[in-house]
Amino acid sequence: MARRLTLWRWVVLGLAALYFLVPLAASVIFTVDVPGHGVTFDAYSRILSTEGFVSSLLLSLELAVATIAVVLLLMVPAVVALRLGAPRLRPVVEVVCSLPLVVPPIAFVAGIVNVLKWGPEHLSRTPLFQTFTAIQDEDFPVVLVLAYVVMALPFVYRALDAGLRAVDVRTLVEAARSCGAGWPQALLRAVLPNLRGALMNAAFLTLALVLGEFTVAQLLGFRPFAVWIYNIGGSQAQMSVAVSVLSLLVTWALLLALAGAGGGRARTASSRG
Amino acid sequence: MTAALPRADVAPVASAKRRRRAPGWLAVLPLLVFTAIAFGLPAVAIVDGAFTVKDATTGAAGYTGANLTASLQGPYLTALLGSVKLSAVSAVLGVLLGLPLAQAVAGSRSRALREAVLTASGVLANFGGVPLAFAFVATLGNAGVLTMHLGLKDSGWNLYSFWGLVLVYLYFLIPLMVLTITPALDGLRTQWREAALNNGATGAQYWRHVALPVLAPSLLGGLVLLFGSAFAAYATAAAMVGSAVPLVTLQIADALSGNVLVGQENVALALSLDMVLVAGLVMAVYLPLQRRSARWLDA
Repeated sequence: MARRLTLWRWVVLGLAALYFLVPLAASVIFTVDVPGHGVTFDAYSRILSTEGFVSSLLLSLELAVATIAVVLLLMVPAVVALRLGAPRLRPVVEVVCSLPLVVPPIAFVAGIVNVLKWGPEHLSRTPLFQTFTAIQDEDFPVVLVLAYVVMALPFVYRALDAGLRAVDVRTLVEAARSCGAGWPQALLRAVLPNLRGALMNAAFLTLALVLGEFTVAQLLGFRPFAVWIYNIGGSQAQMSVAVSVLSLLVTWALLLALAGAGGGRARTASSRG
Repeated sequence: MTAALPRADVAPVASAKRRRRAPGWLAVLPLLVFTAIAFGLPAVAIVDGAFTVKDATTGAAGYTGANLTASLQGPYLTALLGSVKLSAVSAVLGVLLGLPLAQAVAGSRSRALREAVLTASGVLANFGGVPLAFAFVATLGNAGVLTMHLGLKDSGWNLYSFWGLVLVYLYFLIPLMVLTITPALDGLRTQWREAALNNGATGAQYWRHVALPVLAPSLLGGLVLLFGSAFAAYATAAAMVGSAVPLVTLQIADALSGNVLVGQENVALALSLDMVLVAGLVMAVYLPLQRRSARWLDA
């Protein structure tokens, strides 16, 4: 009985390993074994010099940094306040942070496209029109940051909430306050250091989300990293797969670092599918 | 906080209360204002647009249900049903395949194996989108490594099809299922199994009468979560099949790019509203189930 159970377990694990490893291995083979050329690492060595790689990756990283900064600035005070003085607001914040889950990214971007149309249609004579143009700047599309912050809310909320559960915020703040610290000081120097793991967690999840995000960026006509991979897929199959493999490895490294650093497990960041 | 100070001498109790509450509101306010703008405006735009039709000749806009009707007819209905079917099949398979994998891990005594599989699941559940599509195209596409070496093409294999998409979706759905169901499997006490076996039950009977009923809310919750995840997926399908398989996400993208009939510009928004309704339904089923299973396992 016990042996049969063990055997069954290994069969399941073996099949799973096969299913999950074969596409990765095959992708690597696909990129180095070019028909007619034999084994070559051309696809990898050409990546850096390919037009658009550096600029799209930089754009994605800038968007990620901005998104992380904004989402943490919005969420950290809110979740800390929920623990401290406003527990009654908890359902409100919970609902607000769950709403993005109900609107799939493609529907969300359809709404954004429509909002952006209001600019030229209704507001062209008002100062708001400038704002509409400014947030769609090609070099740094603020509108993407706004969208990504919304999409990151559920995961950031869960990460921070889980982190705060392990910390007695009220006692920490009261201790800091009675030692003469002001509110900002109490938050920055007593609460935040205790949240380091949760903050890292939230930041990494947001980073993974932004680096891989395709739907919103493509349909709004911007070209961050994922859109760039998609675009070169048509003309340079080998290289697009090579970049896919590399981006996967980078994401893995990030999330494994997160699993190691935070002690927690990587939660699913999105339904980027 | 400062607003409460002048009244401190009049009503000390009330001021103390207010002093506690004021920072709370103030700290949550930016979040609420931000979501009202960045999420609220697009949401209003979806609903507003879904019910608006612009007259092509006069340019006047009027409220109507025509978009929604159109979104539930012809190719749009086919796409919507295609998405539901694809998501349902992928979700059911994801649950059926994810459960044994999770059980193989949860039942194992090896801590290293468990940590490895769970970490890998966390990573793979996040691995969607364009890179995933390209990895599978390189493996099983028309010029893919396996397709070429195993001669799959002659046997009629086609990755750019319904079942091809199912195969690819499972790549992130199975790990998602493992992550969702493992805590529930950990909650199954060994004593329950021992008690069942001592009373003469077989392993199958234990699963049928004890384990599965306890797991039912978690399994159903996982199923719904997987369905929602597959239903919302766009990037993978767009990068892989183009429009070979009718899906609602692809239809919305198509309509947003301007490929619609005159007078149906807002059908994309009506389709989006359809999607939001389905996704809302999914969450309405999922959240109570999650709470319920959490209560069971904490008890």
